[in-house]
Amino acid sequence: MCPFMQFIEGGRRYQCGFCNCVNDVPPFFFQHLDHIGRRVDHYERPELSLGSYEYVATLDYCRNNKPPKPPAYIFMIDVSYRNINSGLVKLICDELKTLLDKLPREEQEESSAIRVGFVTYNKVLHFFNVKSSLAQPQMMVVSDVGEVFVPLLDGFLVNFQESRSVVINLLDQIPEMFADTNESETIFAPVIQAGMEALKAAECAGKLFIFHSSLPTAEAPGKLRNRDDKKLLNTDKEKTLFQPQVNSYEALARDCVANGCCVNLFLFPNQYVDVASVGLVTMCTGGTLYKYNNFQLDADSPQFLSDLRKDIEKKTGFDAIMRVRTSTGFRATDFFGAIYMNNTTDVEMAAVDCDKAVTVEFKHDDKLNEDSGALIQCAVLYTSISGQRRLRIHNIGLNCSSQLADVYKTCETDALINFFAKSAFKAILSQPLKMVREILVNQTAHMLACYRKTCASPSAVSQLILPDAMKVLPVYMNCLLKSCVLVGRPEIPTDERAYQRQLVTSMGVADTQLFFYPQLLPLHSLDLKSDTIPAAVRCSEERLSEGGAFLLADGLRVFLWLGVSAPPELIQGLFNVPSFAHISTEATSLPDLDNPFSKKLKSILEHIQSQKPYTMKLTIVKQREQSEMFFRQFLVEDKSIYGGASYVDFLCCVHKEICQLLS
Amino acid sequence: MATYLEFIQQNEERDGVRFSWNVWPSSRLEATRMVVPLACLLTPLKERLDLPPVQYEPVLCSRPTCKAVLNPLCQVDYRAKLWACNFCFQRNQFPPAYAGISEVNQPAELMPQFSTIEYIVQRGPQTPLIFLYVVDTCLEEEDLQALKESLQMSLSLLPADALVGLITFGRMVQVHELSCEGISKSYVFRGTKDLTAKQIQDMLGLSRPAVPIQQGRPLQTPEQPVISSRFLQPVHKIDMNLTDLLGELQRDPWPVTQGKRPLRSTGVALSIAVGLLEGTFPNTGARIMLFTGGPPTQGPGMVVGDELKTPIRSWHDIEKDNARFMKKATKHYETLANRTATNGHCIDIYACALDQTGLLEMKCCANLTGGHMVMGDSFNTSLFKQTFQRVFNKGFNGEFRMAFGANLDVKTSRELKIAGAIGPCISLNAKGPCVSENELGIGGTSQWKMCSLDPSTTLAIYFEVVNQHNAPIPQGGRGAVQFVTQYQHSSTQKRIRVTTIARNWADAQSQLQHIEAAFDQEAAAVLMARLGVYRAESEEGPDVLRWLDRQLIRLCQKFGQYNKDDPNSFRLSESFSLYPQFMFHLRRSPFLQVFNNSPDESSYYRHHFARQDLTQSLIMIQPILYAYSFHGPPEPVLLDSSSILPDRILLMDTFFQIVIYLGETIAQWQKAGYQEMPEYENFKHLLQAPLDDAQEILQTRFPMPRYIHTEHGGSQARFLLSKVNPSQTHNNLYAWGQESGAPILTDDVSLQVFMDHLKKLAVSSAS
Repeated sequence: MCPFMQFIEGGRRYQCGFCNCVNDVPPFFFQHLDHIGRRVDHYERPELSLGSYEYVATLDYCRNNKPPKPPAYIFMIDVSYRNINSGLVKLICDELKTLLDKLPREEQEESSAIRVGFVTYNKVLHFFNVKSSLAQPQMMVVSDVGEVFVPLLDGFLVNFQESRSVVINLLDQIPEMFADTNESETIFAPVIQAGMEALKAAECAGKLFIFHSSLPTAEAPGKLRNRDDKKLLNTDKEKTLFQPQVNSYEALARDCVANGCCVNLFLFPNQYVDVASVGLVTMCTGGTLYKYNNFQLDADSPQFLSDLRKDIEKKTGFDAIMRVRTSTGFRATDFFGAIYMNNTTDVEMAAVDCDKAVTVEFKHDDKLNEDSGALIQCAVLYTSISGQRRLRIHNIGLNCSSQLADVYKTCETDALINFFAKSAFKAILSQPLKMVREILVNQTAHMLACYRKTCASPSAVSQLILPDAMKVLPVYMNCLLKSCVLVGRPEIPTDERAYQRQLVTSMGVADTQLFFYPQLLPLHSLDLKSDTIPAAVRCSEERLSEGGAFLLADGLRVFLWLGVSAPPELIQGLFNVPSFAHISTEATSLPDLDNPFSKKLKSILEHIQSQKPYTMKLTIVKQREQSEMFFRQFLVEDKSIYGGASYVDFLCCVHKEICQLLS
Repeated sequence: MATYLEFIQQNEERDGVRFSWNVWPSSRLEATRMVVPLACLLTPLKERLDLPPVQYEPVLCSRPTCKAVLNPLCQVDYRAKLWACNFCFQRNQFPPAYAGISEVNQPAELMPQFSTIEYIVQRGPQTPLIFLYVVDTCLEEEDLQALKESLQMSLSLLPADALVGLITFGRMVQVHELSCEGISKSYVFRGTKDLTAKQIQDMLGLSRPAVPIQQGRPLQTPEQPVISSRFLQPVHKIDMNLTDLLGELQRDPWPVTQGKRPLRSTGVALSIAVGLLEGTFPNTGARIMLFTGGPPTQGPGMVVGDELKTPIRSWHDIEKDNARFMKKATKHYETLANRTATNGHCIDIYACALDQTGLLEMKCCANLTGGHMVMGDSFNTSLFKQTFQRVFNKGFNGEFRMAFGANLDVKTSRELKIAGAIGPCISLNAKGPCVSENELGIGGTSQWKMCSLDPSTTLAIYFEVVNQHNAPIPQGGRGAVQFVTQYQHSSTQKRIRVTTIARNWADAQSQLQHIEAAFDQEAAAVLMARLGVYRAESEEGPDVLRWLDRQLIRLCQKFGQYNKDDPNSFRLSESFSLYPQFMFHLRRSPFLQVFNNSPDESSYYRHHFARQDLTQSLIMIQPILYAYSFHGPPEPVLLDSSSILPDRILLMDTFFQIVIYLGETIAQWQKAGYQEMPEYENFKHLLQAPLDDAQEILQTRFPMPRYIHTEHGGSQARFLLSKVNPSQTHNNLYAWGQESGAPILTDDVSLQVFMDHLKKLAVSSAS
């Protein structure tokens, strides 16, 4: 039932807007129609008047026809030598003590229904019994990693409030317990397996929080070797670097999805960890992947802790299944995102949170009717954080037009880029990079050539004509082509490419826009009195000036660029140092100073950070210093040091293609 | 004949040896005609108050194939400082330490009264004893509580430096780490997956790391004891910890649905226990003590499925080949038992449940390793509690009555060969010139290993006379046998006990009466019974009975005095007179009859029969019956239904049960409360007397017998009625109304009928 249903015969029957089938209105739903044929209760019922609404699902929609249990969060900490030594384990344990009080809950509830469990691991798994009746937590070691099982049922997943003292005790002891470990090898797939089995045994959905730091080389299923090979770049075999190394991860992902087990992965690599393999389960289960290269406790913990906090507090739906329905004439053909698909219509997500987006590709399979338009309904069935099964429905009706010009007029470039990026990143699994890049350029040229042929007023062949709504398409497309995922260069770590590929796959439109075309904000001309954010400028070196200071953010990182002759009062205000030369680029945060410059910048940073799924790490870049090289990659309109074309060059190239197509 | 009885008794007291024949037939042919083989019951560690061990190494014969120990039977040339081995006749030089010996200054081992001598020797490092508890948690709350208390109590009984370990199991198997402070830590294993010893050691982190040194790491010197001691710790160090840990043990938390048995992974738990010790402490004294409250229901070694509607196998199922899991489970436990025995460890089984627990399948674990087997109804009974406590009993000298890793080496003079042994041992496959090709029991070897033994553990050893008929033995020649038992004493000392005995040879044709007179019918009965029970383990019950009957008939033919075909003329000499009666009761015993016994019970009875000494074995074959009445002092009476009289109280000891039975009149008196009245104090005393005597037996016996107090017409009276000779049954009613006992409702033949048949067959010229 949705606003697209047409009630007829005095309200006794209705016609479905999607399939045009005429159904009887069941007696309990019957309502008279008013003079314009609308039901009298039109505005009382959300499903008749609103685009999006939510049902509490009946038992028919629940797994095994039983009401679901509240989900569980399992924290799985790598306690190998490296993590202990770097202080990471202690950091996590200390943070969890406060974070567990902030588990998400329904608004009307006093405390969270989510249960928590704890596992540590290196070459073997350690489960902890934290039953509230115990004086001390109990540790159970499972060393049979070949066939992982859950050694306990009662006492593993607990309500934090009830077991608080035991859990706190445990978190205090974990860092000490492994303080003198010298185990450096780790396992990975069995860890996920264990978490999944635990949720399965407890008959609930949930999230695993895995804190992992190294390539899993210990003898166990899912064992990986270092297969990073720069020689494969720009060959037909490059695609294998983006595929998982062993296929056990795919099977694992399938099992996880089937059991509603979402895997959130926090990686702390010092070297190659094979993100393409270890991240696969995360990607398929709607989890989030976080990566902190060369994690330093002092420099990186604020970013990590903020990510962790956000992730734990996030609104999440579990064990979700999504279906997209359309009216006749077109249908959904492809889906992109952190999803798993068993068949062509059901999009399965072990969990879906507020930052995950699914991009859907539609294709015509018939003529669309200009009168009735195109209707799309997206239904997501999920389990809420309190363990309620719900059905959320979004409806949208779009106009159809036989005029291409109208179509071009209403197109949204940001969404297009999101789609192109996701489809290209998916294509690199099966096609050589070069071909993917060519297809992108071709498609751009085709779109623009088609516009010119059918819509634009005639003009000189040499003139490049862009539709109004697509003005920025070439610049965005160029950015996409310059993305390190699509550029095989030995300087770029394979893991970084796999990581970015995975991030983009689940991003929404706003996030991809920012990711591919970063925001560059001038700081030297701030109006300290107003609350507004300065207008962004184009990402090009031309816009930088020696006497200026700029902030650049792409959703993952934020840079503070300082020109050599930046205003001293600005430097004093921000850093509390007298001159440019005194600024240290080591810092990853700015000092809290009581002056308008500092406050203003803090508020800007806060603003650009808000609504972003990842916490951005601040890097301070001084003009003409080594670190500027890295920064320049983000000036996406310029020629990149890795061979990416500048905007102007790309435009010329596209124009040439168009000319060829037209001739 | 009193002289022979004295001789036999004296020998048993001094050497712990009872031979079936104490004068030996001098040729192979004659020996086989004796029917009862030349054999002995040996109690290697018989407790001797008057045997102080000597603190030096034994002197060995220098011939590599002999290596017999210097003993009182050796010829010694004091002047030349030479001695001749009495087994191989090799002449040996005394070692330098013996330079001062002379006829008046003999070392102990040459003195005739030291035919048994014990040496304390220094070999290898002394490792403390190890006790590994393997505890079932699928118990009722009450049972588990009682078991926990027993285990906690036992910690105080262990030697202070003994190492203890704890494994618990239910659906999963948990190996508890005992060393860590604070958080309790355990390694968990799936109960359904069998693991190799290597895997177990890897998973427990016991294997030595292959690459111990890695760059940038604090160097750790791998200390072996540190690694293994995570699971096995000295009692004095962790008894507080372990007491707490035991106290916190919970019932297996996995839910058991209606109509199911709890999932119990006994097979894997044992396998892990064996693997743990195998990797850490091979060849030192260690006890794996398994406490289980039900049958294994999953994984390797499962005996029955978890569906309650399918009952555990019975003898009937086994005969019908209907016991699905039996073969596989038995194989699993046999493999484990053999591994354990190879490592020199032993497995005790304490099974307490109302139903069967799978002792049939698991019996080899205790049988091959010398471990105890205890069967009870519940851990919350004095039967279990007392029995378990008695495991840690101390002997007269304050030492534990347990020894480990014994290696028994038997040497014989040339006319004899060794046919085999029956008892809680395994073969060490030591071939040699004195090993016979004909096997009786565990044969083909002259050495056996007993991983655990106590002062009463008794082995039956069978010999074969190989001297040919035409090669006479010189007059006055004696055959000798030497038993060398090396073992680890409970004080962890290594000790060697050497017993050397000799017996005269006699020509069976001319001196049959000597041989006959030196027949030890008690020892013979037990030795034959052991053979019979050994056979019953692998053969059909009726076949074994037929074999026993045939042997008995042949023996009677050989040694009875009779006129052909005249049963009434049949007589047996005094030294044989009790033998047929023993055989009669043996035929009816639970060792050979499975009727009315579950497979577990049969296994349990046979287990104990194969290890107890002669006195206890005889009680098992033919229970003892005492009568208490006003007519006189307590007296032993015939194990016969005629002994059951209304004015008697009977006390029966079957080894496994102590039954006190009040006759009809006595029971009525008791009901009337006469014992409370001061004028009938003597009745009170009469009631009390058997209780006191029973208490005395209960106090000393291991395992503690089931104590049954019943009366005429009581349901428990069946224990008595099934044992006595049914001289009066419902079939021969002539005794009705007479004051001469109680008829038994049975179709079994009585001793009289049995004897009549025996006589008839013995004198028959047809056979």
